Amino acid sequence: MELVTPSIGLVFWTTIAFLVLIFVLGKFAWKPIMQALSEREQSIEDALSSAEKAKEELTRLNNESEQLLKVARAERDTILKEAKQLRDNMVADAKGIAQTEANKMIAKAKVEIDNEKTAALAEVKSQVANLSIEIAEKVLRKQLEDKSKQEALVADLLKEVKLS
Amino acid sequence: MRRIGFFKPNLNKFILVFAFLSFNTAILFANEPTKNADSVHTEAVIEANDSLHATTDSVAPAHENAAEEKFNPSELILEHIADAHEWHLWGHTSIPLPIILYTPKGLEVFSSSHFHHGEQAYTSANYTYKLEENKIVVLNAENEVDEVATKSIIDISITKNVCSLLISVALLLFIFLSVAKAYKKTVGKAPKGFQSMIEPIILFVRDDVAKPNLGHKYAKFMPFLLTVFFFIWINNMMGLIPFFPGGANVSGNIAFTMVLALFTFIVITVNGGKVYWSHIFAPHVPWWLYPLLVPVEIFGMFTKPIALMIRLFANITAGHILVLSLISLIFIFKSAAIATVAVPFTVFISVIELLVAFLQAYIFTMLAALFIGMAVEEPHAEDHH
Repeated sequence: MELVTPSIGLVFWTTIAFLVLIFVLGKFAWKPIMQALSEREQSIEDALSSAEKAKEELTRLNNESEQLLKVARAERDTILKEAKQLRDNMVADAKGIAQTEANKMIAKAKVEIDNEKTAALAEVKSQVANLSIEIAEKVLRKQLEDKSKQEALVADLLKEVKLS
Repeated sequence: MRRIGFFKPNLNKFILVFAFLSFNTAILFANEPTKNADSVHTEAVIEANDSLHATTDSVAPAHENAAEEKFNPSELILEHIADAHEWHLWGHTSIPLPIILYTPKGLEVFSSSHFHHGEQAYTSANYTYKLEENKIVVLNAENEVDEVATKSIIDISITKNVCSLLISVALLLFIFLSVAKAYKKTVGKAPKGFQSMIEPIILFVRDDVAKPNLGHKYAKFMPFLLTVFFFIWINNMMGLIPFFPGGANVSGNIAFTMVLALFTFIVITVNGGKVYWSHIFAPHVPWWLYPLLVPVEIFGMFTKPIALMIRLFANITAGHILVLSLISLIFIFKSAAIATVAVPFTVFISVIELLVAFLQAYIFTMLAALFIGMAVEEPHAEDHH
């Protein structure tokens, strides 16, 4: 029975001890500890959420840069394409011009050649004509040196006339 | 995850250290009969003890036929469970503790060494006192117990339990004030050293005890719950240490548990809201059941803290009795060989007692939180009834 009879002394001292503990610890231990804990939890939560935010931001930036890259690449492609076209055009144009020029030159040259040819031919003709006349003159002179031959010729000519 | 990570290695260390201590418990309790005989101080018991000592020390069968009074384990155990006015250390050595008496003729303070382990009476200016079964009684002129005067004095001595209690308080203050300082030093950083061992326990009380039972109002009751938890736990643990700074059965003393239950009752009653009181005086039953139910509910107000009180008292006392009984087996059988069985068993039980020390602190705190939670319940939650 003594075991379950609370002694007044221990009740008294336990009460004092408990009250001292609850006031001293409550003021100088639990309060700062709980505060520090909740502050730390808050800061961890903040850090985590900001990390999450940073991650999102990073993804966004990544996406953006990728987009930019894509656009830039497309632009580069079009620029390259345009340049190529331009080059092709220019080459084609140059080719065309060169062709016409060459054609023109050829035509001109042809004309020139023709002219030269005609001129040369004309000269040759006149030369041939002159030569022929000179030859004929010389031949005739030789032929008609004596009288009998002149008469023979006349006679031949007359004969021809008669016959025709 | 982090919490568990911190807790695990420390818990293991804890268990190791206390397993070691428990082993010491076994060894030290083996010397207990000396103590028993010592404080009872009857010649026969001393002789019996001497013979016991001889058998255990030298295993000399010649001594067995010495004049024997049977070794009385229940006496030993009850003596250990109860409070004392001196703190027995070993053999014939004990620390005398101050006696403080509040008498109608004023406060009296003197050392318990004046009683010479209860053998002698001490006469102060006002009364003559004597220790009788560890209780202070007043003697009259004829050396008889003066019942009236005995009832008029209030004994608020620093007994063994009070001394142990004060040591626990000092320890708690030291531990938690230094931990609080550590928190101020490492603001927003990870806990270090001892702080990291205490923190998971504080978080455990907050997240697993207070929050589920008290909801958003938990912060207001945290100081009370934390103090109750650590106060019970440290006293349970101190009780498991077999030698000087521990070994007292503080948390297994009904006075100690009564005070804690009383404080819980006060916290419940003071914070009881409209829902709590209406639940008692106007329960949701037909009116004609009121004469039956209202007394039951009023009775329930008191049974809750009384259950808390008895649970803690019975569990811790039972633990102490169990350990001592196992050790007493050695002396009941008067054979050192029994120690090979009794000591491992004691170690086993002591390790379980470590768990119980934590568990009982947890259960007390948990139920206190639950009862407070019921008292501070918001009206809207009640609407579903």
